[in-house]
Amino acid sequence: MSQFIDRRTNGRNKSTVSRQRFLNRFKKQIKESITRALSQRSITDIHVGEKITVSKKDINEPFFHHAPGGSISRVFPGNKEYSVGDTIARPPSSQQQGPGGEASDQGEGIDEFTFEINKDEFLDFFFEDLELPDLVKTELKALPQFKNVKSGLSLYGSPSNINITRSFRKALGRRIAFGTDKRKKIKIAEDRLSKLTKNSGANSPRRLRLKKYIAFMKEKIIAIPFIDTFDILYNRTTKQINPSTQAIMFCVMDVSGSMDEAKKDMAKRFFILLYLFLTRTYQKIKIIFIRHHTSAKEVDEQEFFYSRETGGTVVSSALELIYDIIIDRYATNDWNIYVAQASDGDNWNTDSPYCQSLLKEKIMPLVQYYAYIEIMPRHHQSLWNSYLTVKEEHNNFAMQTISKPSDIFTVLHALFKRKAS
Amino acid sequence: MKMKGTLLPQSSEWTFESLLLYEKAIGDIAKEFHLDTYSNQIEVISSEQMIDLYASTGLPINYPHWSFGKQFVNTEKLYLKGYTNLSYEMVINSNPCISYLLEENSMTMQAIVIAHACYGHNSFFKNNYLFKTWTNAESIIDYMVFAKNYIHKCEQKYGANAVEELLDACHALKNYGVDRYKRPQKISLHEEEARQTERAAYRQSQVNDLWRTIPNNFQKKQNTSNKKHRFPKEPEENLLYFLEKNAPLLEPWQREIIRISRKIAQYFYPQKLTKVMNEGWATFWHYTIINELYNRNMVSDAFMMDFIKNHTNLVYQLPYDNPNYFGINPYTFGYNLFSDINRMCTAPTDEDRLFFPELTQQKPLEALDFAMRNFKDESFILQYLSPKLMRDLKLFAILDDEKAPNIKVTAIHNSAGYESLRQLLSQQYNLAFVEPNIQIYDVNVKDDRSIILRHVQTDHRPLDEESTEKVLHYFHSLWGFDVVLESVSPEGTVLKIFRCPAIAPPSNA
Repeated sequence: MSQFIDRRTNGRNKSTVSRQRFLNRFKKQIKESITRALSQRSITDIHVGEKITVSKKDINEPFFHHAPGGSISRVFPGNKEYSVGDTIARPPSSQQQGPGGEASDQGEGIDEFTFEINKDEFLDFFFEDLELPDLVKTELKALPQFKNVKSGLSLYGSPSNINITRSFRKALGRRIAFGTDKRKKIKIAEDRLSKLTKNSGANSPRRLRLKKYIAFMKEKIIAIPFIDTFDILYNRTTKQINPSTQAIMFCVMDVSGSMDEAKKDMAKRFFILLYLFLTRTYQKIKIIFIRHHTSAKEVDEQEFFYSRETGGTVVSSALELIYDIIIDRYATNDWNIYVAQASDGDNWNTDSPYCQSLLKEKIMPLVQYYAYIEIMPRHHQSLWNSYLTVKEEHNNFAMQTISKPSDIFTVLHALFKRKAS
Repeated sequence: MKMKGTLLPQSSEWTFESLLLYEKAIGDIAKEFHLDTYSNQIEVISSEQMIDLYASTGLPINYPHWSFGKQFVNTEKLYLKGYTNLSYEMVINSNPCISYLLEENSMTMQAIVIAHACYGHNSFFKNNYLFKTWTNAESIIDYMVFAKNYIHKCEQKYGANAVEELLDACHALKNYGVDRYKRPQKISLHEEEARQTERAAYRQSQVNDLWRTIPNNFQKKQNTSNKKHRFPKEPEENLLYFLEKNAPLLEPWQREIIRISRKIAQYFYPQKLTKVMNEGWATFWHYTIINELYNRNMVSDAFMMDFIKNHTNLVYQLPYDNPNYFGINPYTFGYNLFSDINRMCTAPTDEDRLFFPELTQQKPLEALDFAMRNFKDESFILQYLSPKLMRDLKLFAILDDEKAPNIKVTAIHNSAGYESLRQLLSQQYNLAFVEPNIQIYDVNVKDDRSIILRHVQTDHRPLDEESTEKVLHYFHSLWGFDVVLESVSPEGTVLKIFRCPAIAPPSNA
């Protein structure tokens, strides 16, 4: 007795839990890989998976086994030239496998175990340090918004989408088509019947047969279904990406000598987070990188993060540049403007009041949101105090001192809250 | 002469209708050859599901563990990048016998796989003495359901981490969780659950008794006079069993999980011992049955060409000096051994009559059936490896002695070498020789509760130090007190000592 079962429709993710456990166990290594990846990735390709490499030493499951050595006899197939008493030079690899050295041809080192995590898992690990609320995480990972648009008719669909007019029209056509030959036959039969009436008696067998035939044909016409399943047409809808407006994101960073790699890494996470937020809301995002020390400059991402400068700091130079760029290129009505500024708080003392007035009078009226983070400052300087006064007047201005990645989210908190409501 | 039969569907795409027809035809022929099988449950699965099966170590149900996740990630990566193919089928030693067929297989492949797994492996599982003794096909699925639920409950109660650590330790010792001589009992899921509660209480009381520490003057005196008394009295080969019953500090749930691990290890034990026979038997029968289909005109020449191509690939033996050589192919070796029995019964040569006087008198089906039922790889090779097959495979033996400068050829496929080759090859499939022989030797019951394991060396082969230390660490986590592993020569001289926790070596004053 044998029985066949089609299991293909069953779930295919039986190993999900085990896989999750595996990732958890090697969290440390994965996080290291992700930190490394973050420093190499551009802000805009945050939405992809990552290749993770773990040392085989960490991942091997130990068991009792022999080490090479001792005096072992082995049997091999495929003897070509040996006879008893021949000696063979020991192959260079000290493995006990005997003749036939082995090499890895799979593109990865023998001591490494490589696997890939997908985009969602990558973001999970990225968010973990940032300690985002769950709601925010799911929103950030969400795909772009779609809306349904009518696009013709389809043979399949749900009952609620039946197009009644078109379905009936199609049914009518079918009924006419299917009935035509029958009606023709009835007509011929009736003609014959009327001829017969003249010649023969009222109840001749031929007459009866014709009448029966006509009745049968009429029944057949009635039997044509009024509406059939393949008459039914459904309104078809297709998904269209919801057109959304465009955004400009200014990344402003102090690149004076005091900003070291660790601070820049923190700043990068801050920019990434804002970028992720914007991708959720806007279809098209332009990022403008502005770095500054005593003077500001618009640069590309590579230069933004990796080239180093020394010297003093004049923040107002960057603010002036932002203002100029906005006025020059981006009319406020078409663009949503966001500014993210990262600094360690250093500024030329006399420059701070100027920054304050620049922000209050020129920039803040033009932007949606302005987030400022101060990374690991020794103590707050004049810039912080000037910004505080800006914050009092504008509720779309946020500022925060950052000492660890989990602090970053608070500066964007208001953004997410506003959207969630 | 060709017999008459109805032609089976010839399309290379399979459908459930054609699968049913083929299965029926194959089953009928199998019956004519007296293959005694469990009823078949044949399931068609996708490649992703096959990767899942790989990851749960070939059981349809398993508890979650990171190592299975690792296996999954690895297989998936290799498969998606095209480095590896998935196997065409997987078969579970259960009643009914569950076989998984991959949906990508062509009709020819499905037919081979049905003959191979659903009739070949199936009849082997049902009738080989090792499987009859050590596994219980009726209850394995039930038992895995029990195991999965139990481990899940433990995770909720004691935390996933505690359970994972315990399972890590059990997995490291699973090769040493096997009874080789005691007969396991057959019980169902409900009995297992009922017994489990009972067992937990009883077991704890036993352990407590062994470690009784209430002072008892009379006992103390006896002990000092009787110092030589060892515990356990005889060395214990089943390390997990010993830990389950005797480790002093384990909680009842931990003992139960150790028990689950060793039960699963025990279930797989016969498969490790009969790799060559099992694959050989299945391959021999798929070859015989498909040829029979052809003889009866039930399949076309095109089908047969496809079959021969696949079969030939399966039983190809790479020579030792090929860079891809990975050992003796169990399919080739086993298939040849069984075909050779068949040959010696039907058309024996003078040489066969000399080497196998009794076998050449027997009817082929009876001789094959007897061989399948009563052997494991090691004894099977010793019994049936014929000079002809040694010549066909061009076998030769080498001695790799680390003290000698070169490797020496000790036997080849000639009349002087047959006996020795057979002996050595059989040895190569002897698990006691392949895996280090490690047993529990003594426990210091009265003193610091330290435990001594002994590794008796074979062929002067040392233990791998790094992994041994790691495994001892796991052993220590279960035992709870000092663990010592002595590597001794067959004569009993201690050659090396491993300790966990490691202590500074005693100074030689």
